[in-house]
Parts: sequence; structure tokens; C-alpha cells
Amino acid sequence: MGEAVPADRIPSLESQALEIRRDVVRMTYWAGSGHPGGSLSVADLLAVLVGDELRIDPARPEAPERDRLVLSKGHAAPALYAALALRGFLPRAELRSFRKLGSRLQGHVDRGTLPGVDASTGGLGQGIGVAVGMALDARLSARPSRVYAVLGDGECQAGTTWEALMAGGHYALENLVVLLDRNGYESDGATEAILGIEPIADKLRAFRYHTLEIDGHDVRQILRALATARETTSGPTAIVARTVTGKGVSFMENDHTWQARAPTRAEAERALAELGTAGEEAGL
Amino acid sequence: MSAPSPAGSLRAAYGDALVELGGRDPEVVVLDSDLAGATGTARFGERFPTRFFNVGAMEATMMSIAAGMSLGGRPVFASSFAVFAAGQAYNAVRQSICYQRANVKIVASHGGLLVGADGATHQMVEDLGLMRGLPGMTVIVPADAPSARAATFAVHDRPGPAYVRLSREDLPTVTDGSFAVGRAAELRPGADLTIVAVGALVARALAVAEELAQVGVSTRVLDFASVKPFDEPALLRAARDTGAILVLEEHSVLTGVGALVAATTAENYPVPVRRVGVPDIFGESGEPWALVDRCGMSMERIRDEAWELLRLKGKAP
Ligand SMILES: Cc1ncc(C[n+]2csc(CCOP(=O)(O)OP(=O)(O)O)c2C)c(N)n1
Repeated sequence: MGEAVPADRIPSLESQALEIRRDVVRMTYWAGSGHPGGSLSVADLLAVLVGDELRIDPARPEAPERDRLVLSKGHAAPALYAALALRGFLPRAELRSFRKLGSRLQGHVDRGTLPGVDASTGGLGQGIGVAVGMALDARLSARPSRVYAVLGDGECQAGTTWEALMAGGHYALENLVVLLDRNGYESDGATEAILGIEPIADKLRAFRYHTLEIDGHDVRQILRALATARETTSGPTAIVARTVTGKGVSFMENDHTWQARAPTRAEAERALAELGTAGEEAGL
Repeated sequence: MSAPSPAGSLRAAYGDALVELGGRDPEVVVLDSDLAGATGTARFGERFPTRFFNVGAMEATMMSIAAGMSLGGRPVFASSFAVFAAGQAYNAVRQSICYQRANVKIVASHGGLLVGADGATHQMVEDLGLMRGLPGMTVIVPADAPSARAATFAVHDRPGPAYVRLSREDLPTVTDGSFAVGRAAELRPGADLTIVAVGALVARALAVAEELAQVGVSTRVLDFASVKPFDEPALLRAARDTGAILVLEEHSVLTGVGALVAATTAENYPVPVRRVGVPDIFGESGEPWALVDRCGMSMERIRDEAWELLRLKGKAP
């Protein structure tokens, strides 16, 4: 399954994921609002996608043949901005402007304002449809672009998510990869307590996705799954990435109250200390 | 006045225009949501099967898919009934299409009460309010088949989102098909009163203007097919020249063109305005034009409102 992963890429991607987590804490603290829980859970997926998998170039952010990334759970914006900054799409200093008036770093990602953002999302349940359209467009235009859509598990309660998934399966879009950030939580609690989505992998298979289940915090597994997806030419791939909401900050892990609330200064300091930076270095 | 022309199908005009566009522009694609036989897009599908996507009965996601297909600049047409295209899909039209400045042309058939027998669930009388409220959206309501054809070409040539509302009913030809985005067509000159009309009611505006001419009242008729961008200069000229404006629309008066005309004149050149349209009610099943009459847009009602305006101007007994 998949190509062997060169071992030297892994530590670098792991440290990028750690850097993204630190930035998520900083950005939500500076903004005084935002969604740390679901941004921390998706950090490893975005580190690998933006830092390794996507054929994108900050010097040519609009290149037609580039790969596309649709962050359908658009509230994880700070994680994507941090990943794009690491890849050179924006100066790191600009991360401070997140959610501020006049900033390119909108509260939910907007394709019109920041190069590197391919789709505007925020209302859940639309990004996967946009991704299906992008994949169809690439196929029609005979462009090599691949399209990656990152979904939330609460977002899987939206009927439109399944409409779009059905279309991706029907059209057998081999250039489409759906990554599900299966962190178990949504705004008001656990998905399985609110409106259960399991057995999610079976559902995706029934919708004609080649479905892989991985540990979404294991960079090696993420790389391998993406490599497998590239080799899958019969239709779309779904990667169910088992993750932990708030991953990396002990007091945010598995606690849905961090879905949409910013840390105080003391909480941010504690979080950054757990993420291996303290004092001056924490950069608050 | 020329003799009334035979009625023409706006949906067929749209379908034929799409086929022409398909031949002219190899980038054009068309989406429908299981109503291709009714909206007019089936013709394109027969002619260009690889560029036609019938995505099934899922209008909101059709709009998101259309947006995704268009973000590289490709012109994408997406069709359904107005109640589904604007109502069912509203937030996808808002976020995926308008906020993303996507190059998607929504052409919605079955706008208004003229759907008739299917009843209120299928009679969309709030779409113009919803669509014209969206930043960046172009909104067009052709009055006849030649305008439907011209509007199809016009929205194709104009980058960005557009919403075109078509009637299910065949409508008499009242324009010369010279529709242009942003321009109100003066279908009849006049100095005593202006009737601003859109869509299916343009023909009634012309009929009432003709009756009024018999008794010496000169009525200007403006076809405001381009609801957004709106030809404000033409409206304000009419306000200055004729001093009274009657608006006819097969749409809710709460949020339609009448509301727009009243607000625009009130701000810039206040004159008496009367709105004839659908009051704050749902429609019901019935013969299409009988339903329009019953819901407040009969010839009699239009005449009464015209005379009321002339009285307000001191131009009538
Ligand atoms: C259509 C829509 N309804 C409601 C919301 C508000 N909202 C923002 S995040 C969220 C929970 C999403 O849960 P999930 O997809 O699991 O995201 P994650 O937990 O990974 O952050 C909700 C309900 C929204 N953004 N869009």
C-alpha cells in the first residue's frame, strides 16, 4: 500500500505540525475568538497537505494546473493560514491580523483575499460540492490538478455533504480526495451523542469511495494514505483520519467547549508551554 | 401599436440559445437538477452530452458544484425551478457562488405564480428579493422569448454571477430582443404616467397604456428586465417627466421591483408610486392567468391603480 515514505520528510512535517499548533493558539488568543479545538485536530493533516502533498507554488498561486485544497470546515482557518505561512504564501507576521478589520485572514477562509486559499467556506456542507466541481472542471480541461477536501465530522450531519459525496462517487472522480477530520466532537458535544455518523467508513464505501482509515496525527500514515489515493484511478478516495479535538493541549483535548472559544492569556501561555515554547519564545 | 405577436416559449428560447453558445464557446457547461426537460437545458444535453451534467434533485449542491467548475473562469449555467434555484439553494448561491465571485449563471424557470396548477410550493414570488440582495449578483427578468434569448447571451458574456428568471407560460413578444444588462427599454413613450413592468406583466402594461391612450392619457412603459444592475437614470427621468409611477410585477411587493422603485424615487425624486404585485400571501393551484388576476394583478386592478395615480396628480376626475 502506497510508496515507501522517505524517513527524512517525517521529522520536518512533524515539526511543521507543531508550529501550526502553536500558531493556532497564538492566533485565537490575539483575535480573542476563533475555533482552536478543530484547528488543532486538523493540524497534522494540513501540515502534510500544504507542506508536502499539494503541487502549489507561492510564486504562482493562481497557476491553473496547481492542486486545489478546499477546507470545507472553514472555521479551521487559523490552521490553514499557519500552514500557508510555513509554505511561504504569507509573511508569518501577518498571522497577528487574523480576524481583524482589513485583514486578508478572514475568520473563515476566503479565496478572494489570500493567495493559497482556493475556496471560500464557513457555512458547513458546501466545500465538498465546490471540490467536486473543481475535480470535474480539471477532468474536462484535461488538467492534472488533484482536489483535496477536508471535512469535519459534525459537517457530515449536513445533507448537502452527502449530496456532494454522492456526485463524487457517481462521476468516479479519481482526482478527488476527501479527508475527514474525525475528532469526535462538534460545537455542542460529541457527534455520536448529538446525531451519530457511524459507521462512517462503511457509509463512504457505500458512496463509492475507496476508503482508508488512519491515525490522523501520524504523519507517516497520512503520507502513505495520500500516496495510495494517488495510485487509485478507479474513483475518489476518502481518508477517515481518527483525530483528537484540541490535540496537543491537554486541557483542550476531547473537550467540545474549545470548539469556538479563545484562550485567555494565562491559558495561551499554558498551552504554548505544553507545545514546547515558553516565555519570550512563546511569542505572545 | 403593432398587432400582438404570437406567444413564445422563454424556456425554449433559453434552450436554443444554450445550444448556440455551446457551439460558439467550447468552455460552456450546463448543469440541471432533474428538471432538464422542463427548464429547457435538455436540448444542450442532447447536443453536448460531455458538457452537460444532470446532477439529480439536489439544487443546493448543484450550485456549489457549479461554483467549483467555474472558479477557473469557465462559464457555467445551472438551471432548476425558481423556488429551488433561489429558495432551496439560497445559502449555496450566497456563499459558493456570490461570495466566491463564481462565473455561474443561474437560469431559473417557473418563476412567479404562472406555474399555476402545481400550487404554492412551486410558485416562487420571493426570488427577486433574495437574489438582488446578494452582492455582485446580476438579476434579469426577460419579458418574452427574444429577451430570454438575448439575456442568455448577455449573462454568458458578463463575468460573474447572474440570476435569470423565466416564466413557465409562453408570453407574447413585446420587445425587439435588444435586451442589454443595466438598461431599461422604453417600450412606449409617454408624458402623463409611467408604468415600470417586469416579466410576464409587461404585456399587461402595454395593454393598459393602449387603453389609456384612447382617453387621451399618455403612458410611458419601461421594461425593467435588468432588475440588477438597475437603470436608475431611466427611472428618475420617468419620475421627472411623468410625475407618477406604477409598478407591475408577478412577485411579492414586499421585496420586489416595486419596493426598489419606491425606495429609489423616495431618495432621489419623490413622486407617487403604486405597486401591483403579489401581496403578503402564498399562491394556490389554479389556471395560471386566473391566479394572477385573483392575487391582485388583474387588468382591472392595474387600471384602478393607474387612475388613482392620475387623480393624485390632479390629472383625472
Ligand atoms: C451550515 C452551518 N451551520 C452551523 C454552523 C456553525 N458551526 C461552526 S463549527 C460547527 C461544528 C462543526 O463540527 P465539525 O464539523 O465536527 O468541526 P470540528 O469539530 O472538526 O471543528 C458548527 C455547527 C456553520 N458554520 N455552518
